[in-house]
Amino acid sequence: MFWEPDKETISREELEQLQLERLESTLNRVYLNVPFYHKKFDEMEIDIDNLRSLEDLRKLPFTTKEDLRNNYPYGLFAVPLREVVRIHASSGTTGMSTVVGYTKNDIKTWSNLVARVLTAGGVTKDDVVQIAFGYGLFTGGFGLHYGAEKIGASVIPISSGNTQRQIKIMQDFKTTALVCTPSYALVIADTIKEMGININSLSLKYGLFGAEPWSEAMRQEIQDKLKIIATDNYGLSEVMGPGVAGECLERNGLHINEDHFLVEVINPDTLEPVPAGETGELVITTLTKEAFPVIRFRTRDLTRIIPEPCRCGKKFIRMSRVMGRTDDMLIIKGVNVFPSQIEPILFDIEGTEPHYQIVVERKGHLDEVTVHVEVQESIFFDEMKKQNRLINQIKERLASELGISVEVRLVEKKTIERTEGKAKRVVDLRKI
Amino acid sequence: MLKIKNLESGYGKLKVLRKISIHVNPGEIVTIIGANGAGKTTLLNSIAGLVRLKSGEILFDKQDVLKFPPEKIVFMGCSLVPEGRQVFSTMTVKENLILGAYVQQRRKQRVIDLESIYSIFPVLKEREKQLAGTLSGGEQQMLAIGRALMAKPKLIMMDEPSMGLAPLIVKEIFNIVKRLRDEGNTVLLVEQNAKAALGIANRGYVLETGRIVLEGSSEDLLSNRDVQRAYLGRDLDSEMKI
Repeated sequence: MFWEPDKETISREELEQLQLERLESTLNRVYLNVPFYHKKFDEMEIDIDNLRSLEDLRKLPFTTKEDLRNNYPYGLFAVPLREVVRIHASSGTTGMSTVVGYTKNDIKTWSNLVARVLTAGGVTKDDVVQIAFGYGLFTGGFGLHYGAEKIGASVIPISSGNTQRQIKIMQDFKTTALVCTPSYALVIADTIKEMGININSLSLKYGLFGAEPWSEAMRQEIQDKLKIIATDNYGLSEVMGPGVAGECLERNGLHINEDHFLVEVINPDTLEPVPAGETGELVITTLTKEAFPVIRFRTRDLTRIIPEPCRCGKKFIRMSRVMGRTDDMLIIKGVNVFPSQIEPILFDIEGTEPHYQIVVERKGHLDEVTVHVEVQESIFFDEMKKQNRLINQIKERLASELGISVEVRLVEKKTIERTEGKAKRVVDLRKI
Repeated sequence: MLKIKNLESGYGKLKVLRKISIHVNPGEIVTIIGANGAGKTTLLNSIAGLVRLKSGEILFDKQDVLKFPPEKIVFMGCSLVPEGRQVFSTMTVKENLILGAYVQQRRKQRVIDLESIYSIFPVLKEREKQLAGTLSGGEQQMLAIGRALMAKPKLIMMDEPSMGLAPLIVKEIFNIVKRLRDEGNTVLLVEQNAKAALGIANRGYVLETGRIVLEGSSEDLLSNRDVQRAYLGRDLDSEMKI
């Protein structure tokens, strides 16, 4: 099932011509309109007129999240702000989160691409779509919302949270398609059971899940418990939001919307392309974005390209489901957390050592984080009251910095496991 | 139908087109819009073989046209309606049209089908015996298009058909171009009159100083603010103040 059949079944030859045309006009625009790229290309003595094929893209520098932060908030916009009709920001909770903008045309394109993903996942105009992604700066809620409206489905913009109410609405409004994170889908499934509701009395048919990595086992569990067909979709706010790629009902990899995004898979250490079909870091160049084009954006997501054609008939290549990250970013309850955010806080608090370990577990279907912190010996000789005060102090600082609540446990000096002299910062016990 | 990759072209040492990649699918009207001096005419002349490329690739019907002289390119099915019509003013309308069928003489089935041209442009039938130089600007433009159609081209390239014509005549000409498309013809239309061109085209490219800076469906280009400001004559800054 296709939303834009002529575009989604384009031949490779036609696609490559289109990609080349769009890449060249994108490069002309970023060079003209974005000082960051202009300066960078000049410094590297890159004459964009000399780039003549899709492969020549490799001669261009990468763009990183760091570059986005350094140009906070509007530095990388390619159009004046008055042409921007929407602003989103990524879920980083530090002051320097990354800000992205959309023109009217960008919103139209975005809606269409999400409509493709939803259509591939089984959604039609006859569906009632419950969107339990957060609405706000996060791109998930609005992205899926506009796509579902574009299709003509009936959209319930319930946003996230209040699970019992979600289920009540699901029952009363006869929701047929659920859109949220996979972990929240399981919370909903378990709550349905606790509430004593027969799953067969609901109208659910399809679930489209994204915004965090999840496994085949988890898909099976969601499908069994909710009695739906569950598909995975992928996107990131720096590139557009949801709508970059999505699974079809074959559920065997995510079709990349290649007429709008040019993808590469690189070895994150050598930065060279990996051999076809091998796992590496996904790098994305936008081909049609007006307000916020990005050139070779390093997503830090690990995946591989599945070059074989798909039985669904869509001609776009597929990427495997995201297998992890190349940096140490953790996604906890949908919030991006970098361990490096924790270090300066510990430095700041008297009595602690800058040695810590983050332990992430999944209790039930929700993530729980405990930060183990090494403290100076004197603390352990002192009274409990002082220890508790320290724990609370660390907890508060971490909660306000990270945007999620964490548990804190104090441990003695040099008890945190070190490999090659370096502490192991993250222990992820979640089975994804 | 037409596929161009990294076309670089110009006159002597002067580079006019820096790097152009475009394509035209069968049955479409594709328009190239841009200001004076952006390189629009050079682009069409390069495709027609009138200006030699410095580098790049032009495939017409999967054949590389670079090897061929202009007359062979016309014979392959790619006709140009040149800027400023260029009708032979001392010849009659009919003679001009018959000249357009020149390539038909080299094709096996030689048909001089004046009637189909007259059905599209009835006014040319009325003026059949008149000298082309005595026609009005609009009529000359129709004659130039008719002459190109006589070669039964697969792709018709038009260079500024609206130039110097009254708005009402422009509308008439563009309606005819649209009708040609609806009857299955393929058109590459170069225009300064962006509004009229995007009004009938399926897709478009924006050419600025020898480079493509935007491409997209006509609808998308019409709603792009840069296009509105630069080519559609809308002054957004003054609109914002209201």
